[in-house]
Amino acid sequence: MTALAALLSHWRRHPLQLAMLLLGLALATALWSGVQAINAEARAAYARAASVLGQDRLDRLVGPLTVTRYAELRREGWPVSPVLEGRLDGLRVLGIEPLTLPQGAGVAALPDLAEAGGLLEGRAARVAPDTPAEALAGLELVRSDDLPPGTVLADIGLAERLLARPGEITALILDPARPLPGPIPDDLTLQRAAPEDGLARLTDSFHLNLTAFGFLAFAVGIFIVHSAVGLAFEQRRPVFRTLRSLGVSARGLAGLVLGELLLLALVAGVAGVAMGYAVAAALLPDVAATLGGLYGAPVPGSLGLRAEWWATGIAMAVAGTLVAAAGGLWQVWRLPILASAQPRAWGRANARARRMQALAGLALWAGAGLALVLGQGLWAGFAVLAGLLLGAALVLPLVLGGLLALVGARARGVLTGWFWADTRQQLPGLSLALMALLLAVAANVGVGTMVASFRTTFTGWLDQRLASELYVTAPDTETAAAMRVWLQPKVQAILPIVEADQMLGGQPGSVYGVADHATYRENWPLLAAVPAVWDQVRDGTGLLVNEQMARRQGLALGDPVDLAGGPLPVVGVYSDYGNPSPQVMLGLAAFRARYPQAPELRFALRVPPGEVAALASALGDRFALEDGALVDQAGVKAFSLQVFERTFAVTGALNLLTLGVAALAMLASLLTLAGLRLPQLAPVWAMGLTRGRLAALDLARTLVLAALTAVLALPLGLALAWVLLAVVNVEAFGWRLPMQVFPGDWLRLGLAALAAAAVAGALPALRLARTHPAAMLRVFANER
Amino acid sequence: MGRNVLQIDDVHKSYPTAEGAVAVLTGVSLALAAGESVALTGESGSGKSTLLHLAGGLDRPDRGEVTVAGVALSGLEDAGLARVRRDRIGIVFQQFNLIPSLTVAANLSFQARLAGRQDQGWERHLAGALGLSALLGRYPDELSGGQQQRVAIGRALAGRPGLILADEPTGNLDETTGEAVLALMLGLVAEAGAALLIVTHSDRLAGRLERRLHLRGGRFA
Repeated sequence: MTALAALLSHWRRHPLQLAMLLLGLALATALWSGVQAINAEARAAYARAASVLGQDRLDRLVGPLTVTRYAELRREGWPVSPVLEGRLDGLRVLGIEPLTLPQGAGVAALPDLAEAGGLLEGRAARVAPDTPAEALAGLELVRSDDLPPGTVLADIGLAERLLARPGEITALILDPARPLPGPIPDDLTLQRAAPEDGLARLTDSFHLNLTAFGFLAFAVGIFIVHSAVGLAFEQRRPVFRTLRSLGVSARGLAGLVLGELLLLALVAGVAGVAMGYAVAAALLPDVAATLGGLYGAPVPGSLGLRAEWWATGIAMAVAGTLVAAAGGLWQVWRLPILASAQPRAWGRANARARRMQALAGLALWAGAGLALVLGQGLWAGFAVLAGLLLGAALVLPLVLGGLLALVGARARGVLTGWFWADTRQQLPGLSLALMALLLAVAANVGVGTMVASFRTTFTGWLDQRLASELYVTAPDTETAAAMRVWLQPKVQAILPIVEADQMLGGQPGSVYGVADHATYRENWPLLAAVPAVWDQVRDGTGLLVNEQMARRQGLALGDPVDLAGGPLPVVGVYSDYGNPSPQVMLGLAAFRARYPQAPELRFALRVPPGEVAALASALGDRFALEDGALVDQAGVKAFSLQVFERTFAVTGALNLLTLGVAALAMLASLLTLAGLRLPQLAPVWAMGLTRGRLAALDLARTLVLAALTAVLALPLGLALAWVLLAVVNVEAFGWRLPMQVFPGDWLRLGLAALAAAAVAGALPALRLARTHPAAMLRVFANER
Repeated sequence: MGRNVLQIDDVHKSYPTAEGAVAVLTGVSLALAAGESVALTGESGSGKSTLLHLAGGLDRPDRGEVTVAGVALSGLEDAGLARVRRDRIGIVFQQFNLIPSLTVAANLSFQARLAGRQDQGWERHLAGALGLSALLGRYPDELSGGQQQRVAIGRALAGRPGLILADEPTGNLDETTGEAVLALMLGLVAEAGAALLIVTHSDRLAGRLERRLHLRGGRFA
């Protein structure tokens, strides 16, 4: 205990160092655990949603359905449960039959028997919080976080009454756990469940980005910890030797230091997780809106407390501290008792060490290059990212040193010459903080470019893909035929969209038939195509494939694709963001010839933009269309843009936090260096420079280093964006987004980095400007 | 002998401590003419370095006046004091205090260039006289203690200031090297026509200067 007290007394005498260590670790943990909290909350929400509203994730039978037909099917042993869907005053009403509902398709919505009783008797309905209840007067309403806003879950009988559709059934859900008694009856159509991994993969892309951001922020925070712990080790070297010479064993000493570190890590870890909760709570509403809007993934906008991320957050803090302190601990373990007790200047790595470090960085780059060329899968993508970022951080001091030497050699004035030489000399002490800044700015550029590229590409793609003003899906072929007749005089064009399931290259996929029309010829987002591609599609001599199918199956233009009725060559490849499955497009005539049984239920309608709303309303009323049967192009686009604005809000907040952590790393280093700087600055002061001028030069030095680092971070960030867009995205999701650059964003980011550096440099500069002459004089004299 | 290069009139200086203020100088006066050399001696803590710092405009007295080359320092702000230090005074420190990021050549000329008075011929002469000609491209950490102190002396003299202040200039050197460095400094100060004030513990060094002043109890004995 005595030895531990001697060790801990260091922190009492250096409270700022302790504060930096704890704050750095707490912030790093906060960002990491905050992001993890958001991810955990969102994933839990998907799981809940899958169990509450899992109907579209189960196979269903559709067609002319009545209660009588349902009863017949049940008697024949069909494991089906009826669902009635409809809209009431803007609410989505979902009628279910709790007793026959398959496991995993709604039980979570019925938490207790009493409520189930209420539902069965048609007295009660479950609604999402904040759902306006005027239309549900007289009902017993149970508010539930499990439901998306605007959804009413009720017994099918009550739903019939609410929707005034007695005896109707929208679909019959098939219980996946029970076998079907025979082939699907002719009067019904089997609708396959939407592939669940589609949503998971799409949302995974968002979570992957968040996790990458969280991890980078954590890494930046660990730089602060490394810096603070390293300095504390250096300053306590004489104490360590004294303790060793007084009889403390090397193992005992290392154990004591380890214990001290664990204590600090626990304190900072708990604080960090608590701060992370605040970060997550602040960001979750925007994340929820992003996921809900972009991918239809329902996530509540409020945060629950989960034991697992408290545990993982604190574990990360402890692991990060041990990683950051591993070098110091090793030195304590190996410390020779009789070596000189003169403390070395912390961070003053010699030139050879810097060259070795740069060589290690180059080796990491080479490894990243190899992973890029030879590697496969998502892990190869992550290996490229890790090698690229870590390599750049290691090479940075040498590159900065070279740049400063180059500029310094051209300096003519005495002060400018000293400024550049001195800046170069400060480099080793500041290099850790500058590495942190490099990573923060590069992450900002990289993730910002990726998100902005995604937004631009996705909205442009929506413009192309949703070129028609209105999309309508009829419930059956009779309605579709009637709809065509009704629509004919009211629209500029009716473009049928027909679809059939087809195994494509061994994977379940879809084949679409499209009409030959300028809507496609002028707008369809083709990534590659042969000349006169649309003529070949129209004539049935070629087909189009989506990008993910072309990439996964290695298809090039001219390669054959097997279809019902024989293979056809690929004449074009189109982008198809958001769809994980392979897809093929044929001319309408060729499609009808090859898939004659496919019903023609869906149409794209060309309508003058001003008439869309009126037509949609009239169409919906005339044919009693269900929710989702009408898709308004303008609404979808506006909504997508709104979603992206929220995504930007999330990434913007994370950007700011990461830069904040980097600024803190700089502040920690500058404060550390301030004490070591005085002997270098005092002679210059004595020779005739004021403290104010020296402080201004010191601040300028910080800004110059930050600016150079930010400039160097730009190509690194763009490389990061390229890897994310062209490697990680392709490996994870099958499509490659074209990278677009946004110099305006870089300028704003550069200014933000300089502002962060200015904030970090201001306090040490202010302290220097206010340094009492007596402190300067102590440099020169040991006596008075 | 013309106007005094350094005039110190009844200066007082005390430092705050945990036990209250400790008076270090209690009414010290001194005048130093151009070309004159004075040794300042005394016990540890007698106030020698404090007096040197006041003379160099590095610190301010609690009371009294310090005048350098006719300029009263008490009326000057930080920038004015810095200008006096830059233009009028050369200081040689015991710890040498060279600028580690600059070469010997850049260190030698640093203050002269700051003052806008670089004379390359004089610098070459100084470098030759101090035995530094072959070392001009080196950095301070590549030099011995004696070499570093010679650079510090050259730096103080390069701008031809009227007043040279030296705080134990040979205190960190062995006896032989110290002797050689001192001889060089005295010769070059005389050649430059500057006034010299040296703080030292060494009777032998003090004996080689024109005057010797001994501080005791905050006053000249």
